[in-house]
Parts: sequence; C-alpha cells; structure tokens
Amino acid sequence: MKKLLVLGGGTAGTMVVNKLHKKLDAKEWSITVVDKDNDHIYQPGLLLLPFGVYHPEELVKKRDHFLPSGVEYIRADIDRVNPELNQVLLMDGRVIAYDQLVIASGTTPRPDQTPGMDDPAVWRKSIFDFYTLPGSLALRDALKNFKGGRIVVHITEMPIKCPVAPLEFTFLADAYFTERKMREKVEFVYVTPLEGAFTKPVCSKHLGWMLDERHIKLEPDFVVEHIDPETRTLVSMDEREIPFDLLVTVPVNMGADFIARSGLGDDLNYVPVDKGNFLSKKYPNIFALGDASDIPASKAGSVAHFAIDLFAENFVEYVHGRPMTHNFDGHANCFIESGNGKGLLIDFNYTVEPLTGMFPLPIVGPFPLLKESRFNHMGKLAFRWIYWNLLLKGRWIPIPALMSMKGKKKVEEKEGVVANASH
Amino acid sequence: MPVIEVAGKQVNVNEEGFLTKYDEWNEEIAKVLAKQIDIELTDAHWKIIKFLREDFKTEGETATSRRVQTVGGVPVKDQFALFPKKPAKKMAYIAGLPKPKGCV
Repeated sequence: MKKLLVLGGGTAGTMVVNKLHKKLDAKEWSITVVDKDNDHIYQPGLLLLPFGVYHPEELVKKRDHFLPSGVEYIRADIDRVNPELNQVLLMDGRVIAYDQLVIASGTTPRPDQTPGMDDPAVWRKSIFDFYTLPGSLALRDALKNFKGGRIVVHITEMPIKCPVAPLEFTFLADAYFTERKMREKVEFVYVTPLEGAFTKPVCSKHLGWMLDERHIKLEPDFVVEHIDPETRTLVSMDEREIPFDLLVTVPVNMGADFIARSGLGDDLNYVPVDKGNFLSKKYPNIFALGDASDIPASKAGSVAHFAIDLFAENFVEYVHGRPMTHNFDGHANCFIESGNGKGLLIDFNYTVEPLTGMFPLPIVGPFPLLKESRFNHMGKLAFRWIYWNLLLKGRWIPIPALMSMKGKKKVEEKEGVVANASH
Repeated sequence: MPVIEVAGKQVNVNEEGFLTKYDEWNEEIAKVLAKQIDIELTDAHWKIIKFLREDFKTEGETATSRRVQTVGGVPVKDQFALFPKKPAKKMAYIAGLPKPKGCV
C-alpha cells in the first residue's frame, strides 16, 4: 500500500484529494490530509463581508465535509517535512511516512513582517486586513462606524493572494460610502509597490480611468519601511509619508513556516517547482500546488483549479513511471467587483495578458472581458455556490484548464514606440 | 516588437524599452540605458546588475527587491538610494531583464 500525503485542506488540497481519490486505485493508494483546524473558509467572500454582503456563517464550512470517505483527515500543526526520510513530523510528536507528498498549505498575511503594523495600539483598531475572517469582521465594524477622513488602501509587497482584491476593495468602499451619502467626507488613497494600479498595457488602457473617475488618489512605487502607530503614518524606504485615519493593508504574504523549517522554501517560504507540472526542483516525490508554490501566476483559487485539473492527469502518469504529458500555462480567470452591482472579468495566463472580448463564447459571452457589467457581478455571486458544490468536490466546470483565445481581441503590434523606465 | 540601436548594437525591446532577449545585453548597453534614466553606474550599481544577470540565468525570473536584499546582499533602502524612486523597474531596465510583474 502506498501513501499520498497532502499538507493543507484548503482550496487546492481539497480539490486535489477529490480528483485523485477517483483516479487512484484504492487497493494501491491511501490518502491522508493534514490541516491545523477544521474550518474551510470561502476566501472570495472575505472581500464582500465588510460591506454587509455576507454573514460570517455563510463563509465557513467543515473541511472534512468536502473530503471523500476513505480519506484520512488528521487535525494537527505541522512541525517539518523530512524529505530525505520521506516523513512529516507533526507538532504533537506523531510521524507520518509518505510515498508522494503534496504541499498545499497556501499563503498567509504576515503583519509581523512590517515594523509597527501589528502594534496592538493600532492593529485592527485603525489598521485592518481583510484576508482573514477576524480581520474582515473587524473592518466591517470599522467601516460602519467611520465618520469621515482618509482611508488608505495599501499593498505591502508582491506577490499577494488574489492580487486584484485591494482594487476591488477600493471600488466597493467608494460605492459603499456613496450609498451612505457621505462619500465627500472620505478621501481614498491607493498605495502600491508597483508602478501603478494596473501594470499590464491592455488593462491600464481600458481600466486606467477607473481610479480617476472615482476620485481615488494613486501613490505608486511605494515600498513601506515602517508604520508609525502614534502618528498613524505609512513611511516608505525613500522617506515618503502617508498619514491615514483608517488603513486597509495587505500585509506581506508568506508560505507556511514549516516549509522554511524543512529547508523547502524560497525567501518567502514558497516551494520552488517546475511551473508546468509543479514537481519540486529538489525532490522527485514532492509537489506543491495552489498558493504554496513559487509559480509566477496569481495566487488565486482559479489558478489552483486549472492547475489541479492538469496535475491529476499528470500524477497518475507519473506514479506509473510514465512522463507527465500535461503542461500548465498559468491560466487564471477572475471576476473583479467594481461596485454598484457591477463587475469585470479577466482571463489570462503566464504569457498572454488580460484582453478584451467576450467569455467563454465569442460575441454571445455572456461575460464581457475587461468591461464593467452586471453579468460579471452576478457571476461573482453565483461563484460561491459553484465553489462549495462543484469546484471543491472536483466536479466538472465548463471552463477549460488551459487558456483559450476564443472571443478575445488580440492586440495589434505597435512599431517604434519606445518609452523608458523613468516614466 | 521594435528593434532599436543602443551603443552601436541592434537590440529587441518591448513597448516600454525593456530588452526582450537576454543575450543581446552587454555592459556598454547597460551604461547607455543607465544614462537615459540619469544614473551614473558605480561599483555599487554594478554589484546589483551583475547579481540580477546571474540570478536570472538560474531562476528564469527577474529577482525581486526582497531577493536582491536577502540573496544579493543589498538592503532595499540602499536599492532606493542607488536607483531612486523605482528601483525594481530601473534595475531590471538597466540589466536588460523583464520588469517585475503585477497582475492586471
């Protein structure tokens, strides 16, 4: 009997177990999942929770509810992987041996990595994160009680989980205060370490106006050095200062600490893998899936979903000693909330940037790409049902794993346009 | 994509002027690119540029500011002093590598 051990029972871990449970012979393989708790959170909902769209109980279900029967579920903290011995050590002293290991332990916001951010005088009092349930709930109350002033939405460092979420948050907050008839009392500043809110050419051409139209100020190229909790000010590496009344920050995102303790991670605890098949660059029986790997794609559930469709096929080939024949292209597909019941949709991969057009079918769509539409907002809301009922359980969803150019408008090549990095 | 002449050599660049072919870069080109964005290259600049070139060869991605700090040994604050305002973008531009990635 061989053992497949999956570390993490989140979006990626749950999907991969459901796929492989069907594909692997139960007489040959046993599957075990380890996670520290039994709460599976619907993470896209955390963005909408502060605006009263959801109640917290709609966003949490039991992890083991989504695991097929016959799969062992161990609730424990992980101490480390010992890849030389093919063992995982748990904090409670237990040792689990494996034949194949899948690391799917995700990425986590780490406010402790920026001096002053998690200072108890300000953390979740005037500085908030929304990628955790307690953070999102605290922010909901802070927005409700906000009387006016400067709200700064801030990205600490890339990569972050669901990279468009801070922009969506800003659009939704703009709509929220407009609806409460107090928008003129609120100043918004969007602070990013990147050169702009949109960095891909087609996106910045089609969406660049979205911040101006909403009177949201942009502060690009801002790398925070520390936060002064007393004056409530963000201070950058080049000594720019941005004071705030309320800071909505996305802290540094890092992979799990056990990855660092195991010597398996890069400088942000992500596991270096082949970006086409997710096999560890160091060990032939370790894979990393979802946000836990270092692939240069968005850290998002849609990427994990497309990746795992291909991984499951590859894994069966691999354990039978055959070459892996499916190569992942970095496909991502995200609804972007833009406020007032509208949304945008983007579809892209490692090499093709988000383009305009219709999705998934040419002309009829129904979802327009890179354009505000009520359909896209409805798509986002419908996705919660799809997530709990189809996606996690590994059921069929009518979007192919590899990106398609159907219905998309290609960009015409421009000749002789040369700018330089000082712009 | 356009082809332009830099330091007497034809090179492929993207619409923002970043070199798109790793092997077309050389130190003379770096000096010209640096001058275009008002940077006079010193040993401290070269240390970073050489690190970025070597690192790209093994990793296939432009090193982040964090990586230049932890692996290359130059603190982010110093990167800002050497390449004012936009260190990640300017370092990549001079080193002939793709600029750091965003999402949309």
